[in-house]
Amino acid sequence: MPSSSIRCLALLGALMPAVAACGGSSPSSTGATAIVTLDGSSSVFPISEAVAEEFQRIHPGVRVTVGISGTGGGFQKFCRGETDISDASRPISAPEIAACAQAGVDYVELPIAYDGIAIVVNPKAEWISHISVAELRTLWAPEAQGTVGRWNQVRPGWPDREIHLFGAGVDSGTFDYFTEAVTGKAKSSRGDFTSSEDDNVLVQGISSDELALGFLPFSYYDENRDTLKLVAVDDGKDDNGAGAIAPDAETIRTGAYQPLARPVFIYVSKKAAERNEVRQFVEFYLAEADTLVREVSYVGLPSAAYDLVAERFAKRVGGSLFAGAENTVGVTIEQLLARERAR
Amino acid sequence: MKSRADLVFRILALSTLVFSLGTLAALVIDVLTDGADRLSWSFLTNLASRHPEEAGIFHALAGSIWVIVLTAMLALPLGVSAAVYLEEYGTRSRVARFIEINLANLAAVPSIIYGLLGLGVFVRLMGMGRSVMAGACTLALLVLPVVILSTREALRTVPGSIREGSYALGATRWQTIWHQVLPMAFPGILTGLILSLSRAIGETAPLITLGALTYVPFAPDGIWSPFTVLPIQVFNWVSRPQAAFKENAAAGILVLMGLLLTMNAVAVLLRDRFQRQNRT
Repeated sequence: MPSSSIRCLALLGALMPAVAACGGSSPSSTGATAIVTLDGSSSVFPISEAVAEEFQRIHPGVRVTVGISGTGGGFQKFCRGETDISDASRPISAPEIAACAQAGVDYVELPIAYDGIAIVVNPKAEWISHISVAELRTLWAPEAQGTVGRWNQVRPGWPDREIHLFGAGVDSGTFDYFTEAVTGKAKSSRGDFTSSEDDNVLVQGISSDELALGFLPFSYYDENRDTLKLVAVDDGKDDNGAGAIAPDAETIRTGAYQPLARPVFIYVSKKAAERNEVRQFVEFYLAEADTLVREVSYVGLPSAAYDLVAERFAKRVGGSLFAGAENTVGVTIEQLLARERAR
Repeated sequence: MKSRADLVFRILALSTLVFSLGTLAALVIDVLTDGADRLSWSFLTNLASRHPEEAGIFHALAGSIWVIVLTAMLALPLGVSAAVYLEEYGTRSRVARFIEINLANLAAVPSIIYGLLGLGVFVRLMGMGRSVMAGACTLALLVLPVVILSTREALRTVPGSIREGSYALGATRWQTIWHQVLPMAFPGILTGLILSLSRAIGETAPLITLGALTYVPFAPDGIWSPFTVLPIQVFNWVSRPQAAFKENAAAGILVLMGLLLTMNAVAVLLRDRFQRQNRT
């Protein structure tokens, strides 16, 4: 008996300091190692992860961590000064600009790639090869809920059969951008479609349902070309190319595939950029983006654009190109840079 | 007539058992066929990577172990002392009854709520940042109600005659609890702790809310280090577009299951040891 109670005592005694630590003082840093912290959009995560992986091969002394909190969650932390760099699949919004300004966080906005949204159907749906933005609006507008439910209601000539809609989860940047591009207002959409935050669920759903139509990030189509059929999109304007255009690296990069292609960004805190490791990381990011972006199935900017973005970082140009409120649907990188030159 | 009802019930019970075990078996077999090929020493020692075949789980495994050990170190003393107070000192007071009702309710609170609490209190208010310590404190809160409840159960199994015998020999209350009651109840306490830790090790929601990171290319080197855990890594792999990452996810699940089984095995061993000691 005594031996067991002694052991019990020793065990409990050993544990007590940990409790004290829980309520005790907090650390100012995690030690001497240099850390670069990134957080934000899940669509930008694969790019940042690839860059971080390569960066640490060259700079083993620097640790880079990447989190996924969504674009909005990422900005929340960024504007509190908790992260050095924020991944964003849309430009910073007006309330976020205000929050950052209030906390005194200055930032540099750097476009790093394009992300396309693909409209896909089941390979057995041989009746459809292209769709217009107006038709997409008929299908996805909030008014369509409960009234538009058959293929031939969208275009006469399509079969008189049910249409099953699939889409990215309502908390994702993909959903925000799709609804803004198609219905004109972010998050404004019918509610009676199958949605999932996990895009692989959508891939499975669409590939096993002949009557399905859905939208998902281009990279998910890219990895599942044999089970999904891509639908070309006609934006009804001829200045970027007439007729329906299918997304691929080229049409997304040149801005021919509109309006379902968008730039994605990283936002770098100016204060953090004064630290050597952060500056080196961002410079490495911009130098390697072209190669690494392609590797993870995203579309890079034109290479001249990367030089201009690097220049933007070198000069520490603050503020957002989008001034928060402007509609960013259909903006190409050329237009972005033209706006910058005009400043 | 009676024997027929008996037979029907037996078949019913058996089919329920077969169904639930069958579901488990199907899941395990599915994961095994997907992930067994990916399991290798390098999978355990490599760090995260965008190349599925080079990616490993070392950082997440180390993170999980750090978090769970720290959680146990926090939850055990806190939970046991709370239970001792409720069971041995304050049984009849109104405060104790109030705490008791709250504990039962806390055990049923969705885990994400603990994540929000942890984000507000540990990460921001107490300035722990998104560290192993903040994660462990949050998970400790999460398991605490279960630890307290199971410890109380264990304390109740200690016969009253032992306490009375101890008092009769002139021992104080504290001596009675420390030298007689706690050692006897220890196997039960340990079982409760391990069961609740098994729940905590699979938790993703509170840690994601807390802001545990997804890509952390190093094992934690202290309690203030950033971290990630196995379920978060598995979740990240499952949602990747590349099919090869799904194999990694399955292999990651196998590692998580292995860790869980190891924990339970250690618990059983420890419990047996203490039980044997108590008998002598």
